[in-house]
Order: sequence, then C-alpha cells, then structure tokens
Amino acid sequence: MSPRARLLLFLVSAAVIGVYFTLSCRELPSFGGASHPYGERAVAAALAHRTANVVSSVNFDLRAFDTLGEESILFCTVLGATLLLRLARDERQHAAASEAVLPTTRLLGAVLLPVTVVVGVYIVAHGQLSPGGGFQGGVVLATALHLGYVAADYRVLERLRPLVVLDIADSLAAASFTAMGVAGLAAGGAFLKNVLPLGTFNKITSGGMVPLFNAAVGVEVASGVIVLLAHFLDQAVEVTGTGTQEEEA
Amino acid sequence: MTDATLLPLAVAIPLLGAPLLAVAGRVLPRTGCDVLATGAAAADVVCLALLWSHIQGVAVTPVGGWPAQIGIVLAADRVGAGLALLASCLVLAVLAYSWRYFDEPRGERAGLFPAMVLTFQAGMVGFALTGDLFNAFVFFELMGAAGYALTGYRIEDPRPLQGALTFGIVNSLAAYCSLLGIGLLYARTGQLNLAAMGRAMGEHRTDLLVVVSFVLVVTAMLVKAAVVPFHFWLPDAHAVAPTPVCMLLSGAMVELGAYGIGRVYWTVFSGPGGIPHDAFRHTFTALGVLTALVGAVMCWQQRHLKRMLAYSTVGHVGLFVVGIALLTPGGVAGAAVYVAAHGCAKAALFGLTGVLLDRYGSVDEHGLYGRARDLRLLGVLFVLGALALAGLPPFGTGLGKALGEAAAGHSQAWLPTVYVLTSALTGGALLRAALRIFWGAGPVPHSRPGEAETSGEGEEPEVREPGRALPPMMVAVPALLLALCALVGCLPAVARSLARGAAVFTDPAVYRAAVLGPAVAHRAVLPHVASAWTAEGLLLGGGSAAAAAAFAVLAVLRPVRLPLHRGVRALVTGLRRLHSGHLGDYVAWLALGVAALCAAFGAQT
Amino acid sequence: MGVWPYLAAGWILLVALYGLVTSRNLIHAIGCLAVAQSSTYVLLLAVGYRDHSTAPVFSDLRPGSRPVVDPIVQALALTDIVVGATVTALLLALTIQLRKRHGTVDPESLTALRG
Repeated sequence: MSPRARLLLFLVSAAVIGVYFTLSCRELPSFGGASHPYGERAVAAALAHRTANVVSSVNFDLRAFDTLGEESILFCTVLGATLLLRLARDERQHAAASEAVLPTTRLLGAVLLPVTVVVGVYIVAHGQLSPGGGFQGGVVLATALHLGYVAADYRVLERLRPLVVLDIADSLAAASFTAMGVAGLAAGGAFLKNVLPLGTFNKITSGGMVPLFNAAVGVEVASGVIVLLAHFLDQAVEVTGTGTQEEEA
Repeated sequence: MTDATLLPLAVAIPLLGAPLLAVAGRVLPRTGCDVLATGAAAADVVCLALLWSHIQGVAVTPVGGWPAQIGIVLAADRVGAGLALLASCLVLAVLAYSWRYFDEPRGERAGLFPAMVLTFQAGMVGFALTGDLFNAFVFFELMGAAGYALTGYRIEDPRPLQGALTFGIVNSLAAYCSLLGIGLLYARTGQLNLAAMGRAMGEHRTDLLVVVSFVLVVTAMLVKAAVVPFHFWLPDAHAVAPTPVCMLLSGAMVELGAYGIGRVYWTVFSGPGGIPHDAFRHTFTALGVLTALVGAVMCWQQRHLKRMLAYSTVGHVGLFVVGIALLTPGGVAGAAVYVAAHGCAKAALFGLTGVLLDRYGSVDEHGLYGRARDLRLLGVLFVLGALALAGLPPFGTGLGKALGEAAAGHSQAWLPTVYVLTSALTGGALLRAALRIFWGAGPVPHSRPGEAETSGEGEEPEVREPGRALPPMMVAVPALLLALCALVGCLPAVARSLARGAAVFTDPAVYRAAVLGPAVAHRAVLPHVASAWTAEGLLLGGGSAAAAAAFAVLAVLRPVRLPLHRGVRALVTGLRRLHSGHLGDYVAWLALGVAALCAAFGAQT
Repeated sequence: MGVWPYLAAGWILLVALYGLVTSRNLIHAIGCLAVAQSSTYVLLLAVGYRDHSTAPVFSDLRPGSRPVVDPIVQALALTDIVVGATVTALLLALTIQLRKRHGTVDPESLTALRG
C-alpha cells in the first residue's frame, strides 16, 4: 500500500474505534466509584496473611502464579537477548578503552554507589511492609552497578559485574521461584501455597513466603537487568567489524 | 497422582528445566544438554498424558490454595489439556529433531536454545490450562517473548530478524489491546476468573461496553490465530524461523489462539449480558471462511516451501475457527481432532522441509526442481504429509475434517465446500512441490518476473557442516509424527474422548460449577457427540485428496492453461501485493479488523 | 471527572497506533508500542481509583480506618510493566541486529518478505 492509502485506511478505522470506545466508556462505573469487590476481598485476604503491603500480597501470595509467569518472561528475555546479541561470525569483540572522567563525577558515583545498593536491598527486604518489593528493589540494585560506568569507565563496570555469576544467579533465582511453588505443593497441597508461619503483622518477618518470593525476584531482576544491559552495552562499546552492509555504508 | 498435583506440575516442569539447562549448559557436553532437555520435555508429556486420561469434566486446582474469587485457578477439560498435550508432544519431537540439527553456539550460550524451547512450552501449557483471564495474558506474552526470540535466532540473515520484529510488534500490540479489554471487563464485573466473570456478566444487559471489551480481548487471540485480516505477520515469521521453531509455531501456537477465542467466548460471553450466539456465529463463521480461502489461495501461489506451509496453516486455522464458530459440540469436536492431527502433520512437513534446507541450502520449489531425486524415502513421506493435509482417510486430519464438515453442513449446507476446497488447494500445492522436487516431474518451472513474491533461494543453511551424513532423527521424527497423525484417525478412543471434551467445552454451566464450587449446583446431561468415521466423511476426505492430486498433476504437467478470468487473476495479484511485509500496513489492517468487528457486533446486539 | 480518564486511555492507544502506522524507523515503532502499553496502565489505574482513598499499604494505616484504592489493578499494572519492559528489550535486540545486516531500520526499505 502507498503511505497515503495506509494512512487513510488507518484513519477511517481509528475513527470507528474511537467512537465505539467512547460510547463504551459511558457504560463504565463512574471514575472514583466505591465498588471494588475484588479489591476488598484482596485486602481482607492480605490482612489475614499478615501482609501490610496489599500489592505485594497480591503479587506474591494471592496471584503469585501471575508473577511466576512474569518472572519467566524476564528470564526468557535474558536468554533471548543473550542469544540474539551473540557475536556473528564476522564480528570481533575488543577490550573497551579507558576514559577520562571529571573528578566531581567520580566522587559523586563513589558516594552514590554504596547508598544505592543499600536502598535497593532495603526496598527488596521491606516489600511485604511498604511500597516496593523485588522488582523495584532489583532495578535499583542493577542501576547501582551502572553508576560505576558513569563515574569511571566501562572497564570498571566490567569488574563490578561478574557476568558468569550473575547469569547463574538469574537462572537459579528463576528456578527457586518455581521450586518454592513445588515446595508449597508438597507441604500444603497447593502449588505456590504460602506454607511458612505468617509471623507478626507489620514486622519484617511477616507474610510467610512473601519475603522469600520477594528476595528471589529481587535477585532475578537485579542480575537479569544487569546481564541484559551488559549485552546491549557490549554491542555499543566493544563489538566491531559487523556485517557487509555496514562496511559498504 | 491427582489433578491437584498434575495441573501445576505441567507448567512447573518446563519452568524448572529451562533454568537448569541454562546453568548446566555451561559445563555439560552437547549430549548432556540434549538428554536433559529431552528428559524435561518427556516428563511433561507423561504428566499431561496422565492428566488427560484422568479428566472427567473439568479438573480444577486452586493455585496457592486460594479460591477462584481471590486467587488464580487452573482448570482443564479434555480440549484444553489435549491442546497442552499436543504442544508438549511437539516440543518433545522438536527437541529430538534438533539433536544433531543445530550448530548451537558453544560455551556459555550452549543449552540456551533448548531452554528457550522449554520456556515456550511453559507459556503454551499455561495458556491452555489457566482459568483466569489476566493470567492468560501473562502466559500469552510468555509464549510470545520466547517465540520472538526463537524466530530471530539466525542473526546473520536479515529476513528472520525482520520476521521476528513484525511478529513481536504486531503480537504485543494485540496483547495490549487485549489487556485494555481485560481492564474494561474488570471494571464491569469486578472479577478476573473466567467463570466468575461469566456469572457477573448476567447482572447487566448487553451493551456497547460488552461489545468493545469482547472485541479487544479477542484481538490478541485473533492475531495469534492469524485470522484474516490479522494474519499478515504469520507467513513472514513462519517462513524465516529456524525449522524446529516453525514446527512449534505452526503446529501448536497458532491453534492456541483459536482455542482462546472459544474458551473466552464460552466461559465469559456466552450467557445473558454477553454476546448473542447468533452474532458470534455469523461473524466468526464469516471470518473463518475468509481466512480459509485467503490462506488456501495464497498457499497455492507460493514457491517458498516454508511460506507455503505457513499459508496452509492460515487456511486450516480458518477451518478451525469455523468449527468453533458453529457453537455446537460437534463443531468443537471436529476442530479438536483436526487441530491434533494437523499439528502432527504440519510439524512433520516442516521437519521434512528442514531436511531439504539442510541438504541443498534452499527451500525454493523452482530452484530445487529435480534435485532431490535420490531422497526417495523423504519424497514418499512428503507426499504422505501433503495427502494427510488434504484430508486423506485414515489420517486424523481426514477425520477432523469429516466431523467438522458434518457439523458445518447442519448449519449451512455450503460450508463443507470450503473445507474441501481449502484442503485440496493446500494439499495440492504441497503435492505439486513434491512432484517437482523429488521426481522432477513436468517441465522446468519458470518464474514470472515482476511478481511480488518471496523465493526460497539464498537461504542461510541452518547447519554449517558440509558433507555430513543426514542425521537419522531428522527423518525419524517426521515419520513418527505422520504415524501419530494417522493414529489420531485410526484409534477411535482419541476422537471419542475429544468429542466428550467438546461437549464439556461448550457447556459453560459445567465449567462454572467446577470452578466456583457447589454454590451453583448443576447436573449436566452431556449430549452425545459424533466422533466416528462415516461413509460421507470417507468420501469427502478421499475426494479432497483426489482433487489435491489432480490440481498438483495439472499444475506440474500444464496440459492446459486454466482459462482463468482476467478479473480473478487481478484479484489474486492484488491479494499478493497486500502481503507487503510492511509493518505499518499490518498495523493498519489490525486497526481495520478491530473497527470492523466493533461495527459488526455493535450492529448485531 | 466522569469518563475522561478512561477516554484518555483510548486516546493514548489511538495515538500509538497512528505512530506505528506512519513510522519510518523501527526504534520509533518500538517506542510507539510502549506508548500503546501505557494506555493499559492508565485504564487499569483509572478503573481501580476510588475517591478520597489512599494507597493499599497498612504499615502506617489502621485497617478499616480509610478506604483504599483497588490493589488488584496496581498489581496487574506492575506485572504489565515488567512484561512490557522485557518485550521492548527483546525487540530492541532484534533491531540492533537488523540494522547491522540491513543497514537500515526504515520499514519502507525492508522488502525481503512479500507475496
């Protein structure tokens, strides 16, 4: 199709979709309404399992199976990126060059890096109590390491991230989520069942399995994101001598 | 073992196997990886086979011990579990097929390919077994993510990368449309469980909110099932993915889309406050017929073998959609048997095409003319596969087709014609290619210059090991799959239990009672559903296969140029031009499809 | 507020579709896909909102003392975000390799697959 025809086809369709969507929204319950039956059941169930952060309870207890699927997507993406961003036959990887950095940037990075790591661990560990959890904390942890790149250079980052260890950690964390689910099946008769003692409400040990799942996800997200970024950064920094098209251009 | 154990284990086994492989692949030799992967896949097949033989009605397991109102439940009837079993069997076949097939990356990346295949399997099994709409979205994306990465596996060739990107963007976009629909439905019903949603729908009348949310939710499944006009991504992705991946994409993943449409309609929208049966029947029958015809015509036009197989999948999916759209147990039973047998036959044909690619570095019907004369066994298998696809008794495809035709004939007398035409054209195209490639029949085919088409020349060979012997698994696996396809047709027990499953599938009250508990007491008297060969079915199956053979022989020998009307020719050329490979076009067609469905259902409610 | 938050979600989807249809750069198209996904966040969170309520976290809130917004949609949005981010990463990896092999990321110049 020519760009014009394509645009015309789309605009007509979009107009129809727009009209139908608008009309359908008028049938929705009004914004801000008080009827949230599933939400209320979830709050009650979370409190019964002594988990103060209801969102964490939904993610790691009530609907932990969703999170298992989601963690598998992350795991699968890390595998996929590792496969897709492998060196082609005509490519070479060389060591990154060292680079000059302003002393102030270096200082800021050196100060922020440990602080960010501590914040990340805190967010993972308190996922069952306060906003946060494995995903959020994991991403903060992954970011922390990359401060090394900002504050120094790529070679420092490479020393900070032992990729082999992280790759294995990512896999083991993904496997441990499923394994804990199977443990629930063996101990409590249901897959992903929260079988540990529930602890005291609003204490760091509360929520039964929720902190464990949080920790597994934290490890997986942190190591997965670092590995993922490593493959992308390698492409930008270290890989050269690409396909024929590139050389012609 | 009980259902409560088997249902979650079916998802957990591949999810445990995949990370294990990713770690062990670093140290294990190639054989160790293969044994581990095949072992995990075989364990899952055993698990699902046990489950399938257990099920009476609907097997339900609450995950995490939470009831359906609070948590997620896994719910499997014979149809859903059967599809999961089919997917797992194909995964096992694929892993065995690729034992000696791939030159996998070594070192730290060894073991990643089978690990990805196992994750893909987990996505398919999870999608087939879940009883929760949002959870279905998650597993849909899991199989998507694994599928995109596997499709783009051969990074040195630009075509797989393009196909994988198109696949990824169009499918993800559709998944987000679906999630919007889930959000709308959640606002209306306050539930995410399929059965609970279906019950809550009855508290409101059918209005535009129901229509729009239904259309949005099924968009993802229509795209996955490659229903016209949502189908454009499929030939681009299936034609370029590594052969073992094609076996999975065409054999099981596409069919899961059609299954999803039926599952969501029956559990959520079939009751009061949902989508009226007539509206669904008319719209989806039309879509199915359109898909079947477009797929069959485009299949006939191809010379790229994998693209030909991909379009034949489109054509057959159209027939599955028609079966589901009939809204009768007979239609679903036919579709279920057809899907099972088609998955085996299609995977076998892709596997045989992989051998050609491995031997000759080409999958082009014209370029391979007469070159495979010394691979007679392969040629015979290919012809058998093509005849199976055309519906030759006693292959299961023939039985599925016969059951579908009988059910469709009750609804509209002309519908069986579509079944026959689609089977004959798709089977005929493959027979034509087989005659040319393996027997060098007829004059040397010549291409028409200036045509918008994809030739199969200049493919990157998937294995770089010149002069090696043909690995026996690469022939044994397709042969076994063809035998399995015949078994589906010959063992009456298979079709009988799928037919019983179809009766459960089309009775939302049974599903609801199983998932939501005895609060909704229901004593079901399930109807008897036909599942045996009939004289008419045998005749139509034999007829389709004969028609396919006639088409193939006529095309190869060209004793007569078919006096096609110029208008028909222009139509076909125009249809081919529409398959432009352009992402923007595909998205525009998707928008058109959504708009047309909104308008169609809006007018009928 | 009435229906406006819901309509915003629909509008974001249509804008993203427009971007995808007219895109001349695959990176831009993947960005548009992310925009399409944000429409789902907006809709989910709008559906779960409740007037005069607070976050569903009870570490500093006595249960029952105040209404809370729907925690389910927040959990769904969180899952959705991770799914979207990872799929985006995969698509970008594919685009990087495509750029190397094809020398272009313009959908108009990708003509290897047609018919």
